[in-house]
Amino acid sequence: MDKSFQKIRNDFPILNQRINNEPLVYLDNAATSQKPNQVINELVRYYQNDNANTRRSVHTLGERATEEFEIARKKVQVFLNAKDSREIIFTKGTTDSLNLIASTYGEENIQAGDEIVISYMEHHSNLIPWQQLALRKNAVLKYIGLTKDGQLDMEDARRKITDRTKLVSITHVSNVLGVTNDVKKLAIIAHSHNAVIIADGAQAVANIPVDLQDLNVDFYAFSGHKMMGPMGIGVLYGKYDLLKSMSPNQYGGEMIDSVKKYHSTWADVPFKFEAGTQNVAGVIGLSKAIDYLNDIGMKNISKYENELVKYILPKLLKIEGLTVYGPQDTKNHNAVISFNLNGIHPHDVATALDMDGVAVRAGHHCAQPLMNYLGVTATVRASFYIYNNQFDADQLIKAIYDTKEFFNV
Amino acid sequence: MSLAGLDNLYREVILDHSKNPHHKHTLDHATDKITLKNPSCGDVINLEIELNDGKVTDIGFTGEGCTISQSSASMMTDAVLGKSVKDSLEMAHIFSDMVIGKKHSQTDLAKLGDAAILSSVMKFPARIKCATLCWWALRKSLGEDEND
Ligand SMILES: Cc1ncc(COP(=O)(O)O)c(C=O)c1O
Repeated sequence: MDKSFQKIRNDFPILNQRINNEPLVYLDNAATSQKPNQVINELVRYYQNDNANTRRSVHTLGERATEEFEIARKKVQVFLNAKDSREIIFTKGTTDSLNLIASTYGEENIQAGDEIVISYMEHHSNLIPWQQLALRKNAVLKYIGLTKDGQLDMEDARRKITDRTKLVSITHVSNVLGVTNDVKKLAIIAHSHNAVIIADGAQAVANIPVDLQDLNVDFYAFSGHKMMGPMGIGVLYGKYDLLKSMSPNQYGGEMIDSVKKYHSTWADVPFKFEAGTQNVAGVIGLSKAIDYLNDIGMKNISKYENELVKYILPKLLKIEGLTVYGPQDTKNHNAVISFNLNGIHPHDVATALDMDGVAVRAGHHCAQPLMNYLGVTATVRASFYIYNNQFDADQLIKAIYDTKEFFNV
Repeated sequence: MSLAGLDNLYREVILDHSKNPHHKHTLDHATDKITLKNPSCGDVINLEIELNDGKVTDIGFTGEGCTISQSSASMMTDAVLGKSVKDSLEMAHIFSDMVIGKKHSQTDLAKLGDAAILSSVMKFPARIKCATLCWWALRKSLGEDEND
């Protein structure tokens, strides 16, 4: 494994602590990533030097804050290869972005009898907005099934997406099964039926290279906090013409063109969707996180994570009574691995692992329909990032054996 | 092996109750049924209770959950079966206090029977809800809501 990744850990002081007297092994990266010093320091720098409200202050600080904000927008555009920086809207995160689309584009374009197509592996934030929209509009919500090994069933996708389908929304990378979905192919299918396609990039942007023009999705949503940026900042990408056709999601400051007593007109895209004071520090922190990821390179990151999966997955599969959900091989497996230990509830597993310093998630991972589909109520989930290494993987394995011994299974 | 710390939480009694839970079944003559969920983890308890003359004459539960939630429900049913509504609610209050570290006399704790052993959960804050879910179900079933 690439040794240069070892020194990355030095950028994350939080990792350098003991939990229950054991070195912290942080394997809950799918929930949120840790932040490098570079990002933390950038927030301090911004607040100590440049803090001002954007786009409304004529003074120098206001100009600086506005300029940094717009540089960040440009940076996101280039990072994801969007065509135009106006297609980048800052939001609170993935959930906020997806709800924005449902409440604007969805509200204005979905009618009774129309179909909305999602999949069984959606996070609740890419499920409930569509479920509720379908209920409001009397539209039909359809679920694309999964293959036996936990991948999106593309055959089923072809069956479910029809000429009545107006909207398809699919996760790019699953937060439970670890698979990457062929969003590019789905976009071709959706567009052939004149449907728009949305991809939930929450688990993708941090871990694999994302090229929005190549994927050709109409909307794309992600969160800064899973990619080393601060919490409370995220992005909604939308194709310019679509964004232009949509009504604002919120009304207030800095999203207007002019306001008269009885009517108003709206600012252009993207400002029309950025009402009120923005999370400027969040945006600037996200911008720094992108620099950090770019310095390492997204290809290198995904390669490194894949090597970690190749190291850990076979070791997990060898453990008696351990079931891995999702693909059993490493071909299409990001560094998110969900599993259960026969005879021990995932919460008990997570508490036991925590006693060994290993932080994992246990629960339904905001994906209850997927849990039902898999026939479980909850799973344990270990998710790795680039500061994790073989030592962490070994600690996890050791802690699992300890747990089995303790519970005598 | 630092899992030794787990001994505090997973005492023999607790493991026994979770492996062989008491009163884990439905009732033929339930006077009240209630389902409570822990939405953050998906644990579910269905509590059934039969009240006669202000007494818990029968009680049973079904559902799914971790060792702590299952054993807690088992120990709770042991504790309140045959008790008056008033005494059962008092136990529920003692239990709620106990798991967040509020002091109670030994006599109070003794009323809980095996359930008192779950005081150890207080050292595992993330797991307190697992232990209290069934007791909340009981309180609701006996006509108390969360603000009481
Ligand atoms: C696939 C997926 N979609 C959406 C979300 C929601 O992201 P956020 O909570 O940052 O809005 C998550 C995060 O847990 C996720 O993993």
